[in-house]
Amino acid sequence: MELLADGIAKAVALLASLDQEVLAITLLSLKVSVTATLISLVLGISSGTLLALADFPGKRLMVSIVNTGMGLPPVVVGLFVTIFLWRNGPFGFLEILYTPTAMIIAQAVIATPIVTGITVASIQNLPANLRLQILALGATRLQMVRILIKEARLPLLAGVMAGFGGVISEVGASIMVGGNIKGYTRVLTTATVMETSRGNFDIAIALSIILLLLSFAINYVLTRIQQRERPR
Amino acid sequence: MSGDASFLDVQDLEVCRGGVRVLAIPSFTLHENEVLSLIGPNGAGKSTLLLALARLIPAATGTLRCQGEPIVSDRATFAYRRRLAMVFQQPLLFDATVFDNVAAGLKIRGLSRQEVRSRVMATMELFNMVNLAERSARKLSGGEAQRTSLARAFAIRPEMIFLDEPFVALDPPTRQALMDDLDRILTETGTAAVLATHDQLEALRLSDRMVVMNQGEIVQSGTPVEVMNQPVDEFVASFVGMENVLTGTVLAAAAGLVTVALAERRIEFPGTAAAGETAVFCIRPEHVTIDIFDPAGETSARNVFPATIRKIIPTGVFQKIHLDCGFFLVAYLTNQSLGNLHLDEGKRVFVSFKATAVHLIRAGK
Amino acid sequence: MKVWKQFSLLLAAVTACIAFGLPTPASAAPKSVILATTTSTQDSGLLDVLIPIFEKESGYFVKTIAVGSGQAMAMGKKGEADVLLVHSPDDEKKFMAEGFGVTRRLVMHNDFIIVGPAGDPAGIRSAKTSADAMKMIAKAGSLFLSRGDNSGTHAKEKKLWKTAGINPDGQKWYQQTGLGMGDTLNVAAEKKGYTLADRGTYLALRKNLGLAILMEGDAKLLNVYHVIELNTAKWPKINAAGGKAFADFMVSRKVQEIIGKFGVEKFGSPLFFPDAGKKPEALGL
Repeated sequence: MELLADGIAKAVALLASLDQEVLAITLLSLKVSVTATLISLVLGISSGTLLALADFPGKRLMVSIVNTGMGLPPVVVGLFVTIFLWRNGPFGFLEILYTPTAMIIAQAVIATPIVTGITVASIQNLPANLRLQILALGATRLQMVRILIKEARLPLLAGVMAGFGGVISEVGASIMVGGNIKGYTRVLTTATVMETSRGNFDIAIALSIILLLLSFAINYVLTRIQQRERPR
Repeated sequence: MSGDASFLDVQDLEVCRGGVRVLAIPSFTLHENEVLSLIGPNGAGKSTLLLALARLIPAATGTLRCQGEPIVSDRATFAYRRRLAMVFQQPLLFDATVFDNVAAGLKIRGLSRQEVRSRVMATMELFNMVNLAERSARKLSGGEAQRTSLARAFAIRPEMIFLDEPFVALDPPTRQALMDDLDRILTETGTAAVLATHDQLEALRLSDRMVVMNQGEIVQSGTPVEVMNQPVDEFVASFVGMENVLTGTVLAAAAGLVTVALAERRIEFPGTAAAGETAVFCIRPEHVTIDIFDPAGETSARNVFPATIRKIIPTGVFQKIHLDCGFFLVAYLTNQSLGNLHLDEGKRVFVSFKATAVHLIRAGK
Repeated sequence: MKVWKQFSLLLAAVTACIAFGLPTPASAAPKSVILATTTSTQDSGLLDVLIPIFEKESGYFVKTIAVGSGQAMAMGKKGEADVLLVHSPDDEKKFMAEGFGVTRRLVMHNDFIIVGPAGDPAGIRSAKTSADAMKMIAKAGSLFLSRGDNSGTHAKEKKLWKTAGINPDGQKWYQQTGLGMGDTLNVAAEKKGYTLADRGTYLALRKNLGLAILMEGDAKLLNVYHVIELNTAKWPKINAAGGKAFADFMVSRKVQEIIGKFGVEKFGSPLFFPDAGKKPEALGL
């Protein structure tokens, strides 16, 4: 318990003094995870809608694959992204291993199946005849897709929150593809692991608290937006 | 009313689902300004036909012509679809205000803000729902929601409208109110409509022409009066409330009048048959009159028989009387008549019906 | 509608911030040096002091990847690093013999210690050599935590068992964590077991551990660090110039002085002993 109190005290101290390093780490966490979530938003909602609306042999298989992808272990993603980005690997010429860009890529790979899976479920959950009703109102295919996405906006927002939650908190892939390099690819989660193994439990707890606050703040905003739509 | 000009003309339409043919319509026509009802049991293909007419589902074969122009290419189909509207059983409203819902079709067509506003208000006035404009779609009653769905469809000023059992989920008073409004608006705007329903009274009330469907095919087509009084077979008869379908042997047929023997009674009605043939005929319960005293001599009806009341079944609006005249017969009586005549189960009465009230379905070996 | 507008504006603003803030890959490319080293080296904090100095002087950007010695050398073999700073001499010699490294220079050493519960159930305090201590632990069947991760520490530990003539694999009292040094120490503290640790990490964590130093000073417990420049013949993408600059830096007199002073303020004694230029025999290896 004393340790926890130490941790909270340290967190307050670090934040109040606007410790440069902690601020940099926090900002990087935000940058990487928000960017990855945005990418997954674009890729996930578009592919999810397509998958939900299209009809083709093997559709059920595709949906199963996406649903499995939702539970993809981040560390497995990290391993595969690393192998691809190795200097001597297929994409080594890009030279982005051990950079924040690689972390964004890995996190986007983790988050996209989550957003896709929830999008598929959300769109499929709309009334069966809604698609026909929209077409009967004279909509083009594109207009119909836009309207369907708008109709499913509540669960879709939940999907985005799930995607964001999945990546802001992950550490396995971030360490592997980022390298936890001080001031460059060190984020809240990787720093917490390092400080723990160094025995600096108070700093580790402080970083954890900051991570939780950050995650809470963002989810609070998104939830406000989502819940504003609900009937009061 | 049915104009002569054909608005929609369909030939050899076939729709398949999962390799099974679910709709086979050799010919179907919708005239200008005509309100046509499709009636039939669940699974008859009514919804499928509507969706095929609206080009919302693909047809395996068949041609569709609108005002003479065949609708084939994707572009033609899209332009065609913009001339029609469709309303489903469920309101299928968008998660927005009523105003936004009614405006949906207009926004899709890219109308300007002012135009959208004026058309939406005009339509809502037509439907007596201006007070609902700012209400959220989630907070509407079933009737209000369906009213909004109808307004949304009419706001785009469609040339034809397809309605798939739009009132089936509503309670009777709401259904009545909406039906009245729909009737009025269809007449005022002169919009052609195809209405699918399994309520024959609704069809009777709203439509100029009635089409009976069964198992993906059209069984009979004609004015509601025609269909309901002259069903073409037992299936249609059962569907239009023709509760008395009887079978007898033809005794004689002369000068267009057929005499049929049934359980020691003689029944006469107009028709063509040959002696010895088996005749299947029917009488609407509403056309059966019940008297306490023998009306022979006073009534012009040709067919008068003594009968015993077997059962009296109240059905709210009227009473259904099961009679035994040697054969089974059903008659309808208003509650008041029942009271006036002091009828009870087991009482002996006289039934009578005109020859012209009987419809010969078919006669043959 | 209004909410959607707000949300899209927010989205656009955030995207703009991020787009501007993202470092482009090109900016890091030619001037970076990938240093593969061990978690214990990083955890000691020495690199936090040295790397900024090197970066300032050389203009290179150092990407310190802290893994186990085994993985660091694996990275070297695959050409995924530019220079190694490791402490697993036997494996390093094999590495050099196989031609993966071009030069291998001695940098510094610290020592390993055997730590365990203050109560010392196996009684190794009385042992004269590290080999004896290991034998006593095995005989008593006392819990021993191994890193089990092919790190330099793990290699040293395996060598000690071999010298003691004991095969601990599969024994009930021998548990492998697969974790870094700090975490392994934490596990040992929790479970009240023995473990082999480098002095530096132990000192850093000592406050919270509750483990005592029970065996030290044996020559076999020396932990020697070398800096290895890699062979570009196989992997031309290796930044040989950068690697050389770093290696030269590590053995330079100035840096050796810094190494010798590191930790004195915090722990009272230095964590590492500078050895650049010395002959291996001088250390008793």
